[in-house]
Amino acid sequence: MEIKVLHQIMDWNEDVSEEVKEELKKHHICMINVMGSPGAGKTSLIISLIEKLKSRFRIGVIEGDIAGQVDAEKIASLQIPAVQLNTDGACHIEAMSIQNILPSLSLDELDLIFVENIGNLVCPAEFRIGESMRITLLSIPEGDDKVEKYPLMFTDTDCLVLNKYDMLPYFDFDETRVRSNFNAVNPGAPLFCISSRDGEGVEELADLIAEKMEEK
Amino acid sequence: MHELSITEHLLEYCMEEAHRQNVSKIRTINVCIGQLRGIIPDCIQVYLDMLSEGTIAEGAKLKAKLLPVKVRCLECGREGEMIPGRLECPFCGSLKLKLLSGKEFYIESLEVDENGNQSAASDHGLE
Repeated sequence: MEIKVLHQIMDWNEDVSEEVKEELKKHHICMINVMGSPGAGKTSLIISLIEKLKSRFRIGVIEGDIAGQVDAEKIASLQIPAVQLNTDGACHIEAMSIQNILPSLSLDELDLIFVENIGNLVCPAEFRIGESMRITLLSIPEGDDKVEKYPLMFTDTDCLVLNKYDMLPYFDFDETRVRSNFNAVNPGAPLFCISSRDGEGVEELADLIAEKMEEK
Repeated sequence: MHELSITEHLLEYCMEEAHRQNVSKIRTINVCIGQLRGIIPDCIQVYLDMLSEGTIAEGAKLKAKLLPVKVRCLECGREGEMIPGRLECPFCGSLKLKLLSGKEFYIESLEVDENGNQSAASDHGLE
């Protein structure tokens, strides 16, 4: 016998993601989900955004990693509250993990939370975590074919950062290809060329975040 | 490997549904997956085999229908299915597209044995 079901499989995560969003709204916090491959420069980008935004907003960071404390320690050394979220092997962060870790940040003392997702171009895109904005990073050394290979990471995001942009002269990276593919799957979404190592280009992205903060 | 947590919740939902409908055995889980999603049916099957052991879903098969990525071309105006891996209009090759579908992921139906039929009776014989 066949039973008709029609059940959205990801509802379990979407429901919790909505709860997290509500919780953050109560505290007037904007949460940004930063996604990209291992080594794309997620931590460095967050650090350079903190430099640009810390005079205007109270910032906290949730550092997702499979194991270890390295990134959280790096952020904490900037006198920014940071918590490490170790997924113990899992390749992505789920809304439930964020819900569980939020109480360890003093939410009444924050305006903006960056979540550094697990380094991976596949899995994190599948899981909403209650964020109000997503940033996808692609660094120049990774290659210009990634939008075609991992489309969901580029369709389900609010903007794309081409990081390590200062490396462009040293790699066969066709920027036009990435721009047109990104525009095909995510029309109208902004693309930023950034070298987070020296902060080049970070200003524009920081402005977009500041705009987002005013909307909330 | 995100399929592990997805399979846990998929199985949990199927078991609840089976309980609601009073069925004795889940034979097949029919799901639909949009091709934009990074979800591999074979991976779900491996986890399903592992997680369903000793439950009424033990041995259940996952049948996945892969749904195409449909787009509307903002230049030639036509609608069609995108060729996997090629992010362009299938008619005119334009890169100005609107995504219409391709991110679906849902359970469509379950194939089950009703309670009280022969497979339920042959369960363990302990009672």
